[in-house]
Amino acid sequence: MSNPRPWQAVLAVRGKHVTRVNDVVIKIATVNGTGSASANGLLRKSIFRMGVPVVGKNYFPSNIQGLPTWYEIRVTGEGYSSRADRVDVMVAMNAQTYARDMADVVPGGWLVYDSTWPRSSLLNRDDITIIGIPLSRMCNEHFEGARSRILMKNIAYVGAIAALLDVDLDVVMQLLEETFAAKKHLVDSNMEAIRLGYDFARENFPCPLPVRVEKMDKTKGHIVIDGNTAAGLGAMYAGATVGAWYPITPSTSLMDAFRNFCAKHRVDPETGKRTYAIIQAEDELAAIGMVLGASWAGARSFTPTSGPGISLMSEFIGFAYYAEIPAVIYNVQRVGPSTGMPTRTQQCDLISCAYASHGDTRHVLLFPGDPAECFWMSPVAFDLAERLQTPVMMLTDLDIGMNDWMIPELEWDDNYVPDRGKVLGAEELEKIDKFYRYLDVDGDGIPYRTLPGVHPKGAYFTRGSGHTKLGAYTEDSAEYQDVLDRLLVKWETARKLVPEAEIRYSKFNKAAILTIGSGDGACKEALDRLQQQKVGLNYCRVKAFPFSDAVREFIDKHEVVYVVEQNRDAQLRTLLINDIDADQRKLVPLLHYNGMPLHAGFVVERVLEEIAKGQAA
Amino acid sequence: MTYIAKPKVSHPSLRKNELGLTKRDYEGVVSTLCAGCGHDSVTAAIIQAVFELNIEPHMMAKMSGIGCSSKTPAYFVSQAHGFNSVHGRMPSVTTGANAANRELTYIGVSGDGDSLSIGVGQFVHAIRRNLNMCYIIENNGVYGLTKGQFSASADIGSKPKKGMANQQEPIDPASTALSLGATYIARSFSGDKEQLVPLIKGALMHRGFALVDVISPCVTFNDHEGSTKSYSHTREFYHHVTNIDYVQPTEEIRASYEAGEAMPVELHGGEVIVLRKVDNQYDPTSRASAFAYLRDRFNAGEITTGLLYVNEHREEMHELMGNVDTPLAKLPYEGLNPGNAGLKQIQARYR
Repeated sequence: MSNPRPWQAVLAVRGKHVTRVNDVVIKIATVNGTGSASANGLLRKSIFRMGVPVVGKNYFPSNIQGLPTWYEIRVTGEGYSSRADRVDVMVAMNAQTYARDMADVVPGGWLVYDSTWPRSSLLNRDDITIIGIPLSRMCNEHFEGARSRILMKNIAYVGAIAALLDVDLDVVMQLLEETFAAKKHLVDSNMEAIRLGYDFARENFPCPLPVRVEKMDKTKGHIVIDGNTAAGLGAMYAGATVGAWYPITPSTSLMDAFRNFCAKHRVDPETGKRTYAIIQAEDELAAIGMVLGASWAGARSFTPTSGPGISLMSEFIGFAYYAEIPAVIYNVQRVGPSTGMPTRTQQCDLISCAYASHGDTRHVLLFPGDPAECFWMSPVAFDLAERLQTPVMMLTDLDIGMNDWMIPELEWDDNYVPDRGKVLGAEELEKIDKFYRYLDVDGDGIPYRTLPGVHPKGAYFTRGSGHTKLGAYTEDSAEYQDVLDRLLVKWETARKLVPEAEIRYSKFNKAAILTIGSGDGACKEALDRLQQQKVGLNYCRVKAFPFSDAVREFIDKHEVVYVVEQNRDAQLRTLLINDIDADQRKLVPLLHYNGMPLHAGFVVERVLEEIAKGQAA
Repeated sequence: MTYIAKPKVSHPSLRKNELGLTKRDYEGVVSTLCAGCGHDSVTAAIIQAVFELNIEPHMMAKMSGIGCSSKTPAYFVSQAHGFNSVHGRMPSVTTGANAANRELTYIGVSGDGDSLSIGVGQFVHAIRRNLNMCYIIENNGVYGLTKGQFSASADIGSKPKKGMANQQEPIDPASTALSLGATYIARSFSGDKEQLVPLIKGALMHRGFALVDVISPCVTFNDHEGSTKSYSHTREFYHHVTNIDYVQPTEEIRASYEAGEAMPVELHGGEVIVLRKVDNQYDPTSRASAFAYLRDRFNAGEITTGLLYVNEHREEMHELMGNVDTPLAKLPYEGLNPGNAGLKQIQARYR
């Protein structure tokens, strides 16, 4: 039975709370396919519009309808970007997961549930406050039609949370008006639902709770966006004209974004014809083949995929390495091995991407740390791929790709000119005596290339079989080795061209954290917390493979480097040892690989453990 | 294996095409295939076709996968760009290249292993997209480079040099292509250049996916008694259902045909292919009847050749996608994004 006088319970435990403003984690448990995403987005956006930084995380099943799904909003006045490993307010809308959701709430926290139906008395905790709101009943009374009632129930819990956290209803109203600009009746019905939840909460519970939201001025000049959208936008800005792909979670929304942006900005207004081609391939093998064909013919071309796709593309990636064809591959990593957990996050493809394909191959990798970097690293990836004539892989992950991140508003430099690399045009070919495809003319390991259809002198035969520096077929040992060794020269050129690592260094610190990609937010927050405990650490976040000299020097300068990454086998650590001969005794792996995004608490705890071990030794 | 350049000396009286090029200009390096290989005859037919079509060599892209057949692009048109990709993946590379530059003439050379086993998926999907290319399968029923294993086109009962006869159903590229909606389907024999050259010319000029399945015997591993892909077996059992003449847009149709037997088909560039039907009942514009005919003749042990099906009306890949006429690879960068001002507007919804 539900608590007959819920507000008394609120008052009873209230004494235990420290009042916290703009520091609260709300988790909403629903059933997927019920339209809760837009309601959750409305809540998250309303708080953001109040000037308060937010982090939005989706924990969703590999399923379309009927399974549990969660959305977590971290309200962080301090502007941290990772998840917090706690739940202050749980909105438990899914009976299936009710017990587990209740268990997740921190002691002294709150649980909001739909009190239309009685709860089992077994499902109770006396260290949290239960807030029952008859959402279904209210919505059934006010709205017609099953679908509409379900949707409005979601909106109604947003109203209840708005009251409990003191979210400004005018902001909510304004967002609804923007969302349903063309459909006034939807603004009214949604607002009615908001009011149902809001008023009920206000009338029956002391609002706001001790954890609440208050207007700030910290989101001005910022947006909230997911990494796949930002990457798709980046690909359009980079001038990509051919995208080939095979749908795979969690990369699908990247191509969806590219398609949506192109549909708006890449259609000739007069003829209605497109300046882009998106080809849905029969599989990933074909997708990368198409990218290579298009790049070979002179288009900027890319494919988004995830780990299993990389496995399938590997043969062609090796081909592109050896035949020296540009390609941009976005790998939005998910949990492996095999099918793994497609809707959970990991950084588990570092090694498989770095050395994809049989034979001696190594590939340039970029590691964006948030959606902002997904955007600006996109043109960098295309520039590098064409400059180096090789595949370049952007390794993001599900956390970056599909979650909502607050980032500074994106800027575009209108003076940007794509680096198309060493491509000989008709005039240049006319002047030269003979063109040789794989000759290292400049000593940087990068030969000149030509595009088909430009000039008869530019013709050459692209092949993955052994070839000489002149481009001819060979089975001669010396001629073969000559080309393979030259590719190492190119690798060293790549080392100088890739984006530099982010480094925070103070000579007073003997130890450091080194991380990659989406580990950035959690590690930076951990650095702050450790500093509060008088543990000062330096910081390095690598942004690319091969690693720069600065990364090598950074490791050299420390006694201990905690390598924080999201896989079981310390793949980043292996790459550091392999690529820059980093001293492995210094590199202490801190591994988080359960599929949930990294959080600062884990890093703090593990660092302190390692320090304690060191002191004990 | 060696890479041998042919001497570039040519006889001054060699016939020149409209570009002033001789057939020698359309040759490649010396073939390293076995003496008598059917593929070399196909190479010769390609050279003849491209020469006669006055195709600028550098405006042509030669695509292939892996296998004996896939080596042959090195043996024709040296001044065309070649792309020898990975096994069974030529169609995807060609799809991408074509997506980027639709102005080139794409010729893909594949084999029965490359197209019907490891690459059957890509073969199938290139057809579905109606990719504008000429796709030649040099079909010999065996794997040559790995020394004589059956391929997926081997007929039931066909005997290998050693071991058991094949018991599995063969995949027929022509009827497969027919069922998938290919818009130009031809079959020929490497030993019948007179028939093969105009079929390749028609395939090169056809707008859309043009398949030319060429029975091209493997002299080393599949030319013995009991093989259904040998020279002698093919000569005995193959029959023309149509013959075609290829007519340049500038030429007049001079040959006279008996009514009912001849059928001119205009290609999108104004060229005309004239079909001469050997079997009056045959209708190469009907998928259903072409399919039934092919099956019946196949069951009777015959190899039907000629232009088996043609449809000049279906849109090819770019038309289906609604792309601009300019090759995507040649679009100036300036028009490809709305700049910083546009970016500000785009971001409004993320605030």
